Amino acid sequence: MKNYDVIIIGAGSIGVPTAMYLAEKKMKVLVLDGEHGPGQQNNKKAIGGIRATHSDFGKISVCLRSIEILKNWQEERGDDIGWMSNGYSYPAYNKEDADTLKALMKIQLGFGLNIKWLSPEEYNEIVPGINMDGLLGSTYSEEDGSCSPLLTSSSLYFHALKAGVEFHFQEQVTGFETQGNRIMKVLTTRDSYSCSMVVNAAGNHARDIGMLLGLDIPVFPDNHEAGITEPVARFFGPMVIDMRKEPGSANFYFYQNNEGQVVFCITPDPAILGIDNRSTSEFLPLCSKRMLKVYPRLRYLKVRRTWRGQYPMTPDGFPIVGRIQEVENMIQGVGMCGQGFMLGPGMGELISRICTDSLSSDDQRILQSFDPYRDFSGEEKFK
Amino acid sequence: MEQFRITEHPILEVPELEMIGFYFNGKYLEARKGEMISSALIANGIDVFGHHHKDASAQGIFCANGQCAKCTVIANGVAVKSCMTEVRENMIVQSAEGLPVLPEDVEPIEFHPLKELACDVLIIGGGPAGISAAIELGKQGIETLLIDDKNRLGGKLVLQTHKFFGSEEDSRAGTRGHHIGEILAKELSTYWYVCTWLNSTALFVFSDQKVGILKDGIYRLVSPKRILNAAGAREKFLKFPGNKLARIYGAGAFQTLVNRDLVRPTRRLFIIGGGNVGLIAAYHALQAGIEVVGLAEAMPSCGGYKVHADKLQRFGVPIYTSHSIQSANGDETVESITIVQVNDKFEPVDGTQKSFACDTILIAVGLDSLSEFTLEAEAAGIPVDSAGDALEIAEASSAMFNGKIAGLKIAKAIKGDSVEDIPQSWYAKAEVLKAHPGAIKSYQDIDENKESVFPVIHCLQEIPCNPCTTVCPTKSINTEDGSLMALPRYTGKCIGCGKCLLICPGLAITLVDYRKDRDNPTVTIAYEIMNMAVKTGDQRELCDIEAKSLGSFEVTQVQDFPKQQMQLVRFRVPAAIAKQVAGFRVQEQSVSAAMERTVIIEQTPDDAMICLCERVTVGQVRQLIRKGINDLNQIKAITRAGMGPCGAKTCEVLIKSLLREEGIPVTDVVPNTKRPVFIEVPLAKFPDGGEA
Repeated sequence: MKNYDVIIIGAGSIGVPTAMYLAEKKMKVLVLDGEHGPGQQNNKKAIGGIRATHSDFGKISVCLRSIEILKNWQEERGDDIGWMSNGYSYPAYNKEDADTLKALMKIQLGFGLNIKWLSPEEYNEIVPGINMDGLLGSTYSEEDGSCSPLLTSSSLYFHALKAGVEFHFQEQVTGFETQGNRIMKVLTTRDSYSCSMVVNAAGNHARDIGMLLGLDIPVFPDNHEAGITEPVARFFGPMVIDMRKEPGSANFYFYQNNEGQVVFCITPDPAILGIDNRSTSEFLPLCSKRMLKVYPRLRYLKVRRTWRGQYPMTPDGFPIVGRIQEVENMIQGVGMCGQGFMLGPGMGELISRICTDSLSSDDQRILQSFDPYRDFSGEEKFK
Repeated sequence: MEQFRITEHPILEVPELEMIGFYFNGKYLEARKGEMISSALIANGIDVFGHHHKDASAQGIFCANGQCAKCTVIANGVAVKSCMTEVRENMIVQSAEGLPVLPEDVEPIEFHPLKELACDVLIIGGGPAGISAAIELGKQGIETLLIDDKNRLGGKLVLQTHKFFGSEEDSRAGTRGHHIGEILAKELSTYWYVCTWLNSTALFVFSDQKVGILKDGIYRLVSPKRILNAAGAREKFLKFPGNKLARIYGAGAFQTLVNRDLVRPTRRLFIIGGGNVGLIAAYHALQAGIEVVGLAEAMPSCGGYKVHADKLQRFGVPIYTSHSIQSANGDETVESITIVQVNDKFEPVDGTQKSFACDTILIAVGLDSLSEFTLEAEAAGIPVDSAGDALEIAEASSAMFNGKIAGLKIAKAIKGDSVEDIPQSWYAKAEVLKAHPGAIKSYQDIDENKESVFPVIHCLQEIPCNPCTTVCPTKSINTEDGSLMALPRYTGKCIGCGKCLLICPGLAITLVDYRKDRDNPTVTIAYEIMNMAVKTGDQRELCDIEAKSLGSFEVTQVQDFPKQQMQLVRFRVPAAIAKQVAGFRVQEQSVSAAMERTVIIEQTPDDAMICLCERVTVGQVRQLIRKGINDLNQIKAITRAGMGPCGAKTCEVLIKSLLREEGIPVTDVVPNTKRPVFIEVPLAKFPDGGEA
């Protein structure tokens, strides 16, 4: 009988770093995933932005740690993952948005984040040629950044392997053998394994995994489409997020990655629930129109590829992370709401500390934001 | 300044040139009005269009078809694919050095509503299969939209200057390909229910059952009830050291430059691949006045028709079977090629290397069906059929016929029983037309003592072709069992009219005539490379079917057949060799001489590029495969192979072949996920359905 300290369900943005950190703490770890390789569901569909400028202590802290890990990754771990401290910006074209952003900035500054307000002219310097018509200014958080989700997830995977993690791909979890409120064994399409702990990092399938244990984990995927252009010489700095709602879309954002390619994404409104990875005819006309309105300079940039993926959403837009009462040796690491990539490294470390019962008081405070038993009626303002 | 243009061609009409001026890297040059920037540059002797942003190596023309981005130049400040962008008067063209700079054009854009339309059938691809299907749908009165990305119908037919194989009745055998294209397009224009969009590229079949099409630079959405994928095929590439040099490309690109654009992209050409595509490309090169140094084929014999291979060798192009390319040698562009003999396991045999000076290498090692539109339509739930090369790689004669079947099949699916049933015999014929060459037999035994004039048929390999049998006025040529595939044989009563010589696409029939002289009969040979002129009184080296020399003889007569664009060339030869004479050499032997010193470069097979777009080497991918990675998506994630402008169109096949080399069964390989869009398109095209 194969026995592990921890079995992690899902080799995605949370599962892989969690596995790596646990194995580096000498735990015996098995990661199960139905896909052919690591990060093949939504991890690889991330556009690569990483910001700490969220609105609450939990996400801010985890992402600050992610930034620290990724920024130093090449130096510490040797692999180039294309990190750039290119910053995030939220330009405001109406007073309401400007007020919301400025109010939020106060909170962010209170948490010690480096964020400032730029005048339209200052903003035009870092995003040359941005539509100045009606522009009231923009936030700018220069320590936020980006790196390649593909290179990052590959590097994490190889470091996890090096630390001794076992990965079983094309192997799905079909059930659990329990005794009282403990999982004794994880049953899969191929085998069964006994273990001391189970981490649910199943992304889109978090709720399905919960159901195998009679749990109702409120994670509901909705669809987003993204695209990438040809590479061109660097011409603007930060991630640009236009938070205005327009018919068909709630917001959209784009940035120029370390290869020189512009990556862009839109949030459909109303949300399109479910899992459907096929591309629609609506995305390109809708998103390109919005992009060209705020940034006409993009007109000649050639679109190379588009794709569709999901945000595993929770009702309030915050992740669900922590131990649960119903199953004493299961830990949730789910509902990343489309921010799995940026939360991943910090979150993986945090979950590894949950597994090893070594949480600090700050960790405890962070986990309050992600408490599986919280009242989900709130709403993340700054998704 | 010297222009590298084809000013005379034995088959193609060379139009009067209207010249305009443009600038390349500050230099004033002349272009033909209406041509693509790439052809204008090639005509001016420029073959390096820029340098790659990853390794600063030279880039030039590659696909000549808008599929990759290797021919990118900066035209009036904007990075464009030079093979798809028309040169304009006074255009400022600059080479693309590294990553292009996006122009600082910040004028606000006005958007027009996107135009959408519906149709019963959308046919993607206006080549032989697509047009043939459209004609059938037109006859049935079904609303059909036929789209093609070129500026005229015909697909690859447009580039085929040779006469077609097949049968006269079903596939216009004996007629030149480019004429067939015109005939089909003309017939199609009589059917009002078929709407044709030229310069229209399908970008993707979306899940909401709409097809995104870029028509004349304007984006449109079309909702078809059914789709016919007749989009053809793409050429395979090879991984060998030096394969990133400029002036290495496919036969399709070559034919586009030579036969469509009438430019001469090379002086000395070497061809890899002895299928029909490679053999015909060599023939087209000779017609364009280009020296063909040689052709190498890894198999022990050419996969293409024997009549093609024989013809080439007789003209003086050596074919190296059981040979493969070891390396392309040169600094930025090809300067020479090194080939090597391979054993029965296709491993190189050391010490057998030979180098040849050449400036261009064509890779013609087979085609892959273009399946993405079929897969996309299936995923979207639109009923879809395929025809032509998109269905199965075969000759254009087969494409025309299975296009016709597909058209009728779709008509029947839409209109039901009111459409006639497809005769069973059509399916049988479709099978024959796509048949691979069959058995090679020996010459027919003809007793010349009893015959005064008779044809010698040098067509000894079974292929689906019979125009010689239908053209003979005395019905004296018949295939052995009456079928299309069987060998044609002479059965008596020749009147010496020469019609069989003029119609044979393989130039594989000669006429032996004893009527004037019993000892020195006249041998008549069909000829169609008139740019390499043959005159009465010339001495020519005659050769047998496999190019073995039979000695030098005087040309006694050259007879023109302008309608057929052919000549019949006559020699008087001793009776002993009359039946062996199959042709005469036209290319000087010195053209194909090997270099005195064989060029061995220091690169290993692992240094070859597997992904040209992202400059990923074979070695990088091999290392991952050896780590146990057999998922193309993961290989892509780590190396970027497949993330470039061509969208894995070239590297996917190469990576799969490397996986096979490394012993990974194809069934274990996880393919790339296919995503929109088929070719790169500027962002500004998508929101707007207005007139450009």
